[in-house]
Amino acid sequence: MTAMEAIEQLHARLSARFPDAAPTVVLNPGPAAQHSLLVPATQARAIAEFLRDDPELQLDTCSNVTGIDWPEREVTETVRRTVTEPPAADAPPGTAPAAKVVEEKVRRVVPGHLEVVYHLYSVARGHGPVILRLRTGDRGEKVALPSLTPVWRACEFQEREVFDLFGVVFTGHPDLRRLLMWDEFRNHPMRKDYVEPDDYEWEPTPHDRILAQARRHYPVPPTGSGEPAPR
Amino acid sequence: MNPAAPPSRAGASVRAVQDPFHGDLLEVSMGPHHPSTHGVFRMIATLDGERIVRLKPVFGYLHRNHEKLGESTSYLASMPYTDRLDYLNSMTNNWAYALAVEKLAGQAVPERAEHVRILLAELTRLLNHTCLAGFLLQDTGCSGTPLMYAFREREAILDLFEALSGSRMMCNFQRFGGCRVDPSPAWMEAVSALVGRYDRFLDEYEELITGNEILLARTQGVGVLPAALAINAGITGPMLRASGVNHDLRRVDGYGLYPRFPFRIPLGDHGDTYDRYMVRMLEMRESLGILRAVLRDLPGGPIIDPKAKLRGFRPKPGEAYGRIEGPKGEIGFYLVSDGGPNPYRYRVRPPSLINLTVLEDLCLGHTVADAVIILGSIDIVLGEVDR
Repeated sequence: MTAMEAIEQLHARLSARFPDAAPTVVLNPGPAAQHSLLVPATQARAIAEFLRDDPELQLDTCSNVTGIDWPEREVTETVRRTVTEPPAADAPPGTAPAAKVVEEKVRRVVPGHLEVVYHLYSVARGHGPVILRLRTGDRGEKVALPSLTPVWRACEFQEREVFDLFGVVFTGHPDLRRLLMWDEFRNHPMRKDYVEPDDYEWEPTPHDRILAQARRHYPVPPTGSGEPAPR
Repeated sequence: MNPAAPPSRAGASVRAVQDPFHGDLLEVSMGPHHPSTHGVFRMIATLDGERIVRLKPVFGYLHRNHEKLGESTSYLASMPYTDRLDYLNSMTNNWAYALAVEKLAGQAVPERAEHVRILLAELTRLLNHTCLAGFLLQDTGCSGTPLMYAFREREAILDLFEALSGSRMMCNFQRFGGCRVDPSPAWMEAVSALVGRYDRFLDEYEELITGNEILLARTQGVGVLPAALAINAGITGPMLRASGVNHDLRRVDGYGLYPRFPFRIPLGDHGDTYDRYMVRMLEMRESLGILRAVLRDLPGGPIIDPKAKLRGFRPKPGEAYGRIEGPKGEIGFYLVSDGGPNPYRYRVRPPSLINLTVLEDLCLGHTVADAVIILGSIDIVLGEVDR
């Protein structure tokens, strides 16, 4: 069975089982042909439990969990459209309008989102990977997705890492804390728009270059706002 | 216990804590500079008397955001960085990364390179398991001698790596579509000689250690990992097989040319620390068998696919997850390409980190001294845990 047939079959089974929240197939155009399933977040837990417990699939382990940051981007797509042209003025009456296929370049904005990818394998049956993708609505600070740690404990540290580095809040995770960065850290370094701070080792030296850096980093608050002045 | 006691000099600090259910407890913070944690790793163990009732690992002391580095350089430039993940096993890290990129780009690998890769991967497995046996004995308090015996053999293998790649540990050897250097016949002779005498070292080591009463008393029944938990928690490698699960990616995925080389998969019965030690000792014997077969069958031909593109390498958009059976478990790389010269997403699946998921489960009810051995038998390298 090719990878394409396998994913179609799995998709058909899941669509029959979860008619309200059927996953969509995300094709992988590369030579690896590892296609994936985009799962609606509302049903992710139920689908994951089904994949784990189904006797035919038995996806009993989750090998890899990772996040991907997709900032808002503009894509240009070529769209084929059929247009009907009215018959020319000198055409004999009764001539049918001519159909013509035109290619158009369409620009469209893909809204930014964060994606969490799960690679599932079956130790019992030795097959895999089945790749699940979960997407957030936007790239805000408090984007949440359901945690799959209750289904596979293998996700425990990896979801903590995604929370730490990408800022996806996993609801239902038993112990969601930062994994690699320290707890007081404020940002999410794996996001594409992350700017690393320039004051890891702050030295209050009154040199112009340092002060300029500090002003860039801590913009002066409007007067009378009650905010403390920058260091 | 005086809560304001000064931190001890051994790298562990203690403080008294109160728990409404257990009464007076003691919190011992081991690490990040404790010698038994194999690097900069920290465990916060809560003790009820001598028994561990809670244990929380703390990570990140060696974090340098390896994945971000991978996304800001070209595909090839990440290859030497992968050496630094699990710095004992740079050859297998290289292979896992090369395999993932080859999947991503649909790159073929010539037969000779596949043989050399197996050769180096099995030498790496010998190296890693030998070191582990030495470290584990060190952790039990058997200071010095076994570790030095193990390191003597490890140096012999590292000498081979140095002769081949120019570096003992940071080998940077694999390329997309083959290997960097073609090993010379003299080097092959040296490998044959090493493989020929390695059995004798293993015999000697096992005679000294494996039946040792103190080792048995310290490791048997300590840190038992049930098979069902091991699978659910994503445990891989010798640790999973010590729990009796027959799962070896060399067999399951059959990547490279492994299906051509028969080997047996040692399995544990109890999933305790002793089984984790023993499975590795037996795996080394199987590796020696594979090595002999590879040395016998090594074909000629190119070491790297002549069509392989090293400079200006831009795989088509797509994604790939490639994994191999590293000495510590499943090491995988997940790559997303957007058609550019750098990976859009570069992810390492670190076996050391994920094998630590069950550390608390294994340590509950044991003493701190046992926790040290259990951690040693999980076999972690912090370069890979923290990335």
